[in-house]
Amino acid sequence: MKRLDALRAIYDQLNDCAVVTIMGAVAAELQSIGHRPNFFYLQHAMGLASSVGLGIALSRPSLPVVVFDGDGSLLMNLGGLSTLARYRPKNLLHVVFDNESLLSVGGFPTATGTCTRLAEVAAAAGVPRTACVTLIEEFMSEFAAAQRAGELTTLVAKVDAVGPAAFVTDLGLLENRFQFQRYLKSR
Amino acid sequence: MPVSAANSQIVFDALKACGVRMISALPETWLVHLIRLADDDPEVTLVRLAKEEEGVGISMGAHLAGVKSAMLMQNHGFLAAINGIVSGAQLYRIPLLMLISDRGTFGERDPWQTEGGAVTEAVLTSLRIPIMRLDDPAKVALRINQAQTLAYSSNKAVAVLLTRDLMWEDA
Repeated sequence: MKRLDALRAIYDQLNDCAVVTIMGAVAAELQSIGHRPNFFYLQHAMGLASSVGLGIALSRPSLPVVVFDGDGSLLMNLGGLSTLARYRPKNLLHVVFDNESLLSVGGFPTATGTCTRLAEVAAAAGVPRTACVTLIEEFMSEFAAAQRAGELTTLVAKVDAVGPAAFVTDLGLLENRFQFQRYLKSR
Repeated sequence: MPVSAANSQIVFDALKACGVRMISALPETWLVHLIRLADDDPEVTLVRLAKEEEGVGISMGAHLAGVKSAMLMQNHGFLAAINGIVSGAQLYRIPLLMLISDRGTFGERDPWQTEGGAVTEAVLTSLRIPIMRLDDPAKVALRINQAQTLAYSSNKAVAVLLTRDLMWEDA
């Protein structure tokens, strides 16, 4: 499955969610489908997207939060999985696009390509719902099921190691940050 | 344990008076009372971390969602959180109230704390993070309020150093 197709497939389900993405391909691809005020792209601080999502989810328990993480980013903050699991906010859906690669910096392989299984790591950390999917139909159904479940979920989607030609978009980092804050204030 | 329970209470009360409702923390000796106070207070959400850098992300999320937060950490925890501070909070202009126990300075008996103590202020300064040292319990409430005020008016991180004089009773 291509990450861009996966994002397109669930794009309409993001309407009422606070969405936090990691940097690089995920941010650029989501913007290419169409930026919305409820999307925040963490364009650096690798590893912390899930922590930002946790901070939002704990601050606003009635607001659904979706984090789009990646294998390289999550591997930088595996301890954060134990923190997610410890507080297990019911309103947090943690999606991990696993392309087994640090694609944005040249495609170097990560450990998920050979040995590390992130959904099992999340489950062992204590995340109550986990899944690993490889087909887009599975991704769509697991994403929808997670949104209905009302329980912290880590959904790992195995995706092709392909991305956009460029990562810089015309959306300024601070413009995005203040727009997102205003959006959250309005909810 | 000669960590000052009375002064820990003063610090905690000052945070609450400033509207802090979420506190991230990793335990260290000087912070035990503060963390317990946060844990026992139903109005405060305590987030126990695996590593201090997570706390930067959590404070970013809390701020964007409209909740005032603070980070409790040792200076070595601050050193472990630097990339998050620079490429998260500073890049995105997030006010960050960091309470940092200033271990490894004059009076320190634990050899393993001394290197961190020697570099903490220099690293904060090189990151252009304003430093407020807390040593007088009578001024804690005022100083923490001033630190938070600057964090919010500048949309930047500020460091409040919890010193030995404040936190340790047989210094």
